[in-house]
Amino acid sequence: MSQWEILLATLGMTVITVITRAFFLLPDRELPLPAWLRQGLRYAPLAALLAVVVPQTVMSDGAVITTWRDARLFAVAAGVTYYVWRRGILGTIVCGTAVMMLLRITLGW
Amino acid sequence: MGFFHLTHNPEFRRGAREMLGINLGIAAWGMVTGVTMVKAGLPVGQALVMSILVYGGSAQLAALPLINSNAPLWVLWATAFCVNLRFVIFSAQWRQVFGHLPRAKRIWMSYFAADLNYVAFFHRFPDAKFRPEQLPYFWGGGITNYLSWQIPALAGILAANAIPTEWGIGFAGVLALLGLALSLMKGLDTWVAGIVAGCAAVAAYSLPLHLNVVAAIVAAVVAGLMIERWRPATAQGATP
Repeated sequence: MSQWEILLATLGMTVITVITRAFFLLPDRELPLPAWLRQGLRYAPLAALLAVVVPQTVMSDGAVITTWRDARLFAVAAGVTYYVWRRGILGTIVCGTAVMMLLRITLGW
Repeated sequence: MGFFHLTHNPEFRRGAREMLGINLGIAAWGMVTGVTMVKAGLPVGQALVMSILVYGGSAQLAALPLINSNAPLWVLWATAFCVNLRFVIFSAQWRQVFGHLPRAKRIWMSYFAADLNYVAFFHRFPDAKFRPEQLPYFWGGGITNYLSWQIPALAGILAANAIPTEWGIGFAGVLALLGLALSLMKGLDTWVAGIVAGCAAVAAYSLPLHLNVVAAIVAAVVAGLMIERWRPATAQGATP
């Protein structure tokens, strides 16, 4: 793409960021949502988070990994263990990343 | 409310503080996104503009191969829209809280309503009713998250070739999302919904345009509602 095309693409993506994040806030009158759907949408954020985390942990190149020698599995295990123990998100990140880097650097996983 | 006044509001500070506690992973992820944009061949100037304006890491990463392969603009925009579909779902809940504000203000605020802002906000205010202290809390988290993402992202763009990514620093972003997800899993309903979402995202991974995320959300909503109906005593509600 040319410089100008990339810039145009960027401007369009910016508009898309705004439209998607503001979607139900755009109309002045509230769009009627059925009560069951409103109730069910409470599960959406949890689902969106895990829909990113799980494939990024157990998949490579579009397929489920078949080895346990993958640093990501141990990083997630360390993070979950820390969370169950201390309930802190920051510690979950630090523990998991530390295990990840340790395995990558020492064992090359 | 002036900006100076806002930054001295205790709820603004609380919003900023609670966001900082989960932003380490986002910072690492932002930096890796910046590095990746340049290493994928995007000119530095273009990458800077894209990071500052678009403010959506997953859409930016999804756009890179399409820019490189000279895809038509509408394909690139359709991809960005699908990657961002989860925000459409989130916006239904923002509406419950900020729906009464003037439209221009609603839209301006939405721009700053990224994933972590959504989760932190509804963790702090689970009942989704408007209260005045929600505005400073929102801006405290909104500005903090923007800076925690952009500063490392811009640093990553400018220093792309000096930053080693093979040690797995980018995985900190996944771990941040994992920590957030764990903080939402409280009752049987949320555990079932979470496990269903994870399995559905893997099973539907081959769908184009990251639509597996949407499939996982739909599956988890159905699963959560089924548990609520059949075993209501065990359901805590997934209030984030």
